[in-house]
Parts: sequence; structure tokens; C-alpha cells
Amino acid sequence: MSFFACENLSIQFGGVKAVTNVSFAVEQGEVFTIIGPNGAGKTTIFNLISLIYPPTAGRILFEGAEITGSSPHKVANLGIARTFQNIELFEHATVLQNLLIGRHNFRRTNVLQEMLFLPAVRRAELAHREAVEKVIDFLDLQRYRESLVAGLPYGVRKVVEMARALCTGPKLLLLDEPSSGLNPEETDDMAFWIEDIKKDLGVTVLMVEHDMSLVSRVSDRVLAMNQGEMLSLGTSKEVQSDPAVIEAYLGKQE
Amino acid sequence: MAQFLQLAFSGIALGCIYALVALGFVLIYKATETVNFAQGDLMMLGGFFGYTAVALMGWPYWAAIIFAILVMAIFGMLLERVVLRPVLGQAQFTVVMVTIGVGYVMRGVVTMVPGWGTETLKLQTPFAEQVVNFAGAALALDQIMIIVLTAALCGLLFAFFRFTRLGIAMQATSQNQLAAYYMGIPVRRVNMLIWGISAGVAAFAGILLAPITFVHANMGFIGLKAFPAAVVGGFGSVPGAIVGGLIIGLVEAFAGFYLPEGFKDIAAYIVVLAVLIVKPSGLFGQKLRKKV
Amino acid sequence: MRFLFKTDYDQDIRLFKHNGQRFWYGLLALLLLGLPVLLPEGLRDYMLGQMVFVFIYSVAGLALMLLIGFTGQISLGHAAFMAVGAYTEAVLQAKGVPFVVSLPCAALFAGIAGVIVGLPALRLKGIYLGIATLSFGYIAEEIATRWDSVTGGNAGKHLKPVDLFGYPVDDDIKLYYLTLAILVIAMLAIINLMRSPTGRAFVAIRDSEISAQSMGIHLAKYKTMSFALSAALTGVAGALYAHKLTFITPEQFTLLASIELATLVFIGGLGSFHGAVFGAVFIISLPQLITVAKDYLPAAVGAQTGLQPTIFGLILIGFLLFEPMGIYGRWLKIRAYLELFPFYRKGMFRRQKTYMKSDRLK
Repeated sequence: MSFFACENLSIQFGGVKAVTNVSFAVEQGEVFTIIGPNGAGKTTIFNLISLIYPPTAGRILFEGAEITGSSPHKVANLGIARTFQNIELFEHATVLQNLLIGRHNFRRTNVLQEMLFLPAVRRAELAHREAVEKVIDFLDLQRYRESLVAGLPYGVRKVVEMARALCTGPKLLLLDEPSSGLNPEETDDMAFWIEDIKKDLGVTVLMVEHDMSLVSRVSDRVLAMNQGEMLSLGTSKEVQSDPAVIEAYLGKQE
Repeated sequence: MAQFLQLAFSGIALGCIYALVALGFVLIYKATETVNFAQGDLMMLGGFFGYTAVALMGWPYWAAIIFAILVMAIFGMLLERVVLRPVLGQAQFTVVMVTIGVGYVMRGVVTMVPGWGTETLKLQTPFAEQVVNFAGAALALDQIMIIVLTAALCGLLFAFFRFTRLGIAMQATSQNQLAAYYMGIPVRRVNMLIWGISAGVAAFAGILLAPITFVHANMGFIGLKAFPAAVVGGFGSVPGAIVGGLIIGLVEAFAGFYLPEGFKDIAAYIVVLAVLIVKPSGLFGQKLRKKV
Repeated sequence: MRFLFKTDYDQDIRLFKHNGQRFWYGLLALLLLGLPVLLPEGLRDYMLGQMVFVFIYSVAGLALMLLIGFTGQISLGHAAFMAVGAYTEAVLQAKGVPFVVSLPCAALFAGIAGVIVGLPALRLKGIYLGIATLSFGYIAEEIATRWDSVTGGNAGKHLKPVDLFGYPVDDDIKLYYLTLAILVIAMLAIINLMRSPTGRAFVAIRDSEISAQSMGIHLAKYKTMSFALSAALTGVAGALYAHKLTFITPEQFTLLASIELATLVFIGGLGSFHGAVFGAVFIISLPQLITVAKDYLPAAVGAQTGLQPTIFGLILIGFLLFEPMGIYGRWLKIRAYLELFPFYRKGMFRRQKTYMKSDRLK
């Protein structure tokens, strides 16, 4: 039984078939990438996995249990975290507060205790701060700790998105185009971090990506999609040399 | 049956007023996503200008209507230029609060103008006190005129938006102002024009309403019923505003007669709550969803 | 110029970040506690009465700030919750219930009303929520007028002075200390809430509902909680308001009262605790200042009843156009100037020009 699997996943928006019959399985501890041209349905799959949209057909299984039809806010509790393509950070809060919000599902205190700020709440707060600090160290965000997100450059925001997702203590991390908008140096850092996430933190990564060099470097397996359908599934080399994939996405060898 | 017809008729006439206010309101919302809480007060000011033309300057009724519409259109454009333009781009509720402030100022200033003051003033119309008999019901001529004139104005506006590029320009600026600028749409001029048209429509409503409620500084509070009308019809939909207004007018007329006392005032709000719970986007509204 | 050097996490969590804050707030506390003694005889009753109003409106302002400023919701019908609190207190006191029981009951009933209002509001955002709350406000006002058996309708209800464990709070000085104590408790509770996970969840909902969900925040639960807490606290303010006036009618809880509360929050400074107090001071002092100013204006202008709404509206517009961060924002700028003197740069707080983006797609 695989760590995470989608079976015959399909969704239709009116007449538009965004995702049709997609099935794949992700093993624990691997980095699995989905590639494909724009409009292929990659982010839609992420939205399906985060339970933002209910699928019109198919199932999603995580750690052996079916999660289709559950509510979006339960996903974090199950151990799945995600970043968003267009960055959905909390703009009017500091980086630290954003990360602390990521610790929400570790909350063990109730409203009454919090209003009185009992010692239990204080201890919990200090524990949250320590946990968040570890993520800050991991991603080198120390100098941005107290900055308001609204004023940060794009590259830093992407890292904060990832940090916030890591703060939820996930077993499966969904990264939506982690290197888009980053310069080569930042993309390099991103590659190192994804490798560290896999090796040091033991988190399984499911990624959507366009940058082929990053894909080749970090991925264990790749799924190529086109127009909502699966095109090819295999290791990075296999998929990149698949003629169908080359024709649809990578560009034909003239 | 005659009673029913009479009630329905009054309901439609009142509904036309609501529809006009809601129309002005929806126009502004479509163009700038601003919710104009001062729309009722614009109507009130239009009523005052109409009164001024007829009672204080002695002009004929039809000239007074044109006068009030033109003056209010200019006022609306000035309002947009001076007060609304600086805040456009900030959070929606902030802009709403600005319009609330504008309403306060308008109500306050109107009571301080000599000749207007705090009294209730009567606007003379050529069809006051006259009645038409139809199917056993006595229908007031000024209510008939309200319905007829409203229909005429709606036809005019429909033609204006259908056959000019303004309608499309309006929608572009409301969805993404910066992109609209890039496309060469004169955003600021479009916004100003829309406010002018809206204020003109409000003035028209004010003059039509004057015979029924008389002209006074708090006349604009009826405009608050335009919100339920706009919501029922579907925010952002022009035909929706009209249909919504008529529905609210009819609901109030029948509630006033068939339900115990006090229900008439809140009937509109009960209806709007029901609509918001069941179908928030209203009868004709669009359901939009953020794409992540 | 002060530089804060942090050595442990506790410093981030503490209420007072440094000794300077302790000093100034301590001074404020002494001033407020000693006010009845410091004021000259002639001014005392009047000023204390006004301060009681300021405290009451601060509590209500804090409640609305929680909902609008911190959770990003809208309420244009908050006076309805004040009404629930006020009438509950009046009815229970008439039945002989002691204050220490009737006040929590007022909060409880107002909180329940908040849940009722909040439930349909779960699916509504922005102006739809505003209109829904506005409608509730109107309906509540109508209920207060029609349900005479309980509320006394337009004839109103009288209240006796508060009975605190047999000790009657029957003059302005005692009411002053009571409302001050309740304000301090409310302020601490809200500040504690905002520095803990629930407060952060509220802020998350304000800034991005979709990512709040993906962080595991149950939107319905927290939105309802925010409405309930906000309504309950407003109910407390309503109960105190009833005792200050000793006579309540439905006319005190109209749409204009709700708008007054919303204005308080905006002018005070959205998203801050101080804003609630600053806004309350503004709302209470404005009519007094206008009355005083009337003596200096030419008779023709001063005698007008329309003067107050005009000035009120102009100040509201002025703040929103030129000082959107409110009174607290202006205070922050002044304080930054004083702290950084002489290094303060003029453009420090300049906002970036924002272009309007459709709220419907948020």
C-alpha cells in the first residue's frame, strides 16, 4: 500500500474537463514531480488534494485512508501541507506570525485559557516559538523574522511560503512551482532545500515544476501531464526522453 | 380583487423608486466596486433641487426634472473627483465608510441651507391628486407616472450602455484597475462619468418620490431599502436591480396590508436575509470564485 | 533612540516589551485611578460622567475591533448586540438578579445573538455581510419596539443602580471605577487572545481565507467564535450603558448607533487596541467640542442642528482620506518622530499607491 495515491481522479468545471482519470502513487520519502504545459491541470490536482474542490470522480488515499470528501481544514491535521502558486501569505502580519499560524494544528489550549493567558498557554507559546525557530534556521530566514510580509521581495516570500508549510509539521509537502520567479542562485538554494527536506526532515515532496534542471536534479519520479490527462510516468530521465512528452511539452528535436 | 390590484400597483410604484436608487447604486458598484451608502442622500438632494426649481424659481415641472438631473450629475462627478478618487484602491469597507461620511455631510448641510432648512417641503407636480379608475381600483396618477417614467429612463440607459463602449470599459475598470489603465481605458474619466450618471438617476428618483414622501433632509433613508433590492436582484446586475426593487416594493405593499403592524418596515430586510442565506448571488448575480 | 536586544522568546510574548512601556502605562494607571481626587469640585461629576461613557464605548469599540480589525469581518448592526445586553440587564435586574450574575447573562445572551448573526454570515463576505448585519440590526430594533411585554417598547425600561454584593454603585465615582475595572479586564482578555493561537487564527482569516484553511483553521468555527466574542463583549458594554443612562429605549440602538461604533473603530485606528480607546474618546468628545465651539461661531452657523452631522462626516472623510491608520496611526508617527529624532525621514510611513483589484475575486 503506497503512502499517497490518487485513483482515477477527475474533475470537470462546467464543460471544461480540467483533470481526467489521473492515477498515480507516491512512495514515502520520495520527491515526485508533476510537469506539463500550462493548463495541463497540475495546480488543479493540488487543489483537489487539498480538498479545495471536490472531484467529480475518483479517490484520494493518504496513508491507507481515503480523504476524498473531507474538509479543507482537516488536511493540515492529516499531515499534508501546501504552498500556493500565487503566494497566499498573510500580508499584514510579520514573517514570524505567518510561521506561528502554521503551528495552528498543534494547538492544545482553548479560548478561555488563552484569554486568561494561563501558564499552560505561555508554555505552549514558547514551544511554538522554538519549533518555528528551527524552521527559520533551516531556511535562513533570520533577518526577515520581524518584517511585515507586505514589504518583502518575491524570492523571500516564496521561501516564507515554504517555511510556513513546513511549520505545520507535514508528512507530505505539496510545492506548487517552487522556483517560478526565482533567479538561478535562488533556484539553486531551493534545490538544496528540497534535498534537505527529503533527507534530513524525512518529508515526502510532491511538486509541480517547470524548470527542467531542477526537476532532473531533485526528483525521484516524474509524471508528465497534458490537457488534464496523464502522458508519461517514470524516472526523470525516462519521462524526459519520452517522445510524446517531448512533442507536447519539451519541444521536438528538429 | 380591487384591493389586491391597488396594493400591487402601489407596490410597483414604490418598487420603481427602489429600483431607480438600486440602479444608480449598482452602476457605481459595477464600475468601481464601491458600495455607495450615500445613494439615498443623493436622491434627497436631487429632490431638493427639484423643489428649488419649482417652488423657489418658479420653473415648470419638466424643466425642473432636467435641471435637477443635470445639477446632480455635476455634483456626482465632483464628488467622485474630490472625495472618492483618493481612496480608490483601499479596502472596500474603507470606501464604504467614506460614502457614509458623505451622507452625513449632505444631510447636515442641507438642513443649514436657507430656504431648505429642516422642514418638510411639498413639491408641486402636474399630476398630483388625480386618480385613474381601472378594474374597480382607483390608481393615483402620480404612481402611474412613476412607473411610466422609470420605464422610459431604463430604456434610455439600456440603449446608452448597449451601443456605447462605456459598458465594457466600466466592467474592465471594476475588475482590475491597473490592467484597465494599460489597455488605454481612461479609468478616472469613466469612474467620474458613472458617478455623474448615477447621481442623475438618483435625482430622477428623488423627484418622482417627492410627491409621496415630501422633500426633507431624512428622505434619503428610504434609499437604504435599495440595498435589499440590489442584493435580491444580484449585486452587479443592472436588470437585477430593477427586478429586485420591484420585488421589494411589492413585498412591502402586501406586508403592510396583510401582516401585523411593524412587519412592513422590516419586510424588506427579512427578504434580503432569506436571499442571502439561500442564494447569496441573488437572482441575476454571478458567482465568482478565486482561482488559486 | 531605543534598541531592543532580545535574549529569550519570552520577551516576544510579554505584555510590556520594555521598561519604557511599563513606566508610561504605570503613569497612565495612576492618573486614571486618581482622577476623581485630582479633578476640581466643579468639573468632577461632569468629567467622570464623560469618562464613564468613554470606558463603555471603549469596551464596545474593542469588541468591534476584534471583529472588523482583527478578523476582517464587517458588522453594520452592532448596536443590536448592545441592545441585547442592555435589555437583558434591565429585565434581569428588575427580577432581582444580582449584578454579578446579570452581567455574565447579558454577555451570554448577546453572544448567542452573535452566533445567530454569525451563522448565515459564514458564507458571506464583504458588502453582503455588511448588508446582512445591517438587516439584523433593523430587525433587532423592531423586535425591541414591538415586544413590549419584555422590553417595554417605546416607553423604555428603567434601571436601578448596580448592586455589587450589596454595595450600591449609585454615584458617578463608583460607576467610574466599575467601568474602568471592566475595561481593563476586557482589554487584557483581548490582548491575551491576540497573542495566542486563536488570535492568530483570526488574523489569518482576515488576510487569506484559503491559506488559513490549508493551515488547519476551521473557518466556520473561528468566524462564529469571533462573532460570538465580539457580540458578548458588546453586550457587556450595553449593560453598562444601560446603567449609566438608567433608562433605555429602542431609539438608542438604531442604525446610526451602529454606524457610530464602526466610525469609532476606523477613526481610532483599525487593527490596534489603542484605536478602540482613541476612537471612543473621539466619539464622546466631538459633540462636547462642537457645543463649546458654537459659542465662538457666528450665531447663524452655531445655531444649526445640522452642524454636528456635518462636522462628524467631514472628520470621518478627512481621516479616511489623509490618515487611514487613524488616530493611533498618527500617534505612531509622532512617537516615531520623537524616538528617532533627529533621524526621522518624511517618507517613512508613505503608503504605496494601491490600484483597485476586484474584491469579488478575493
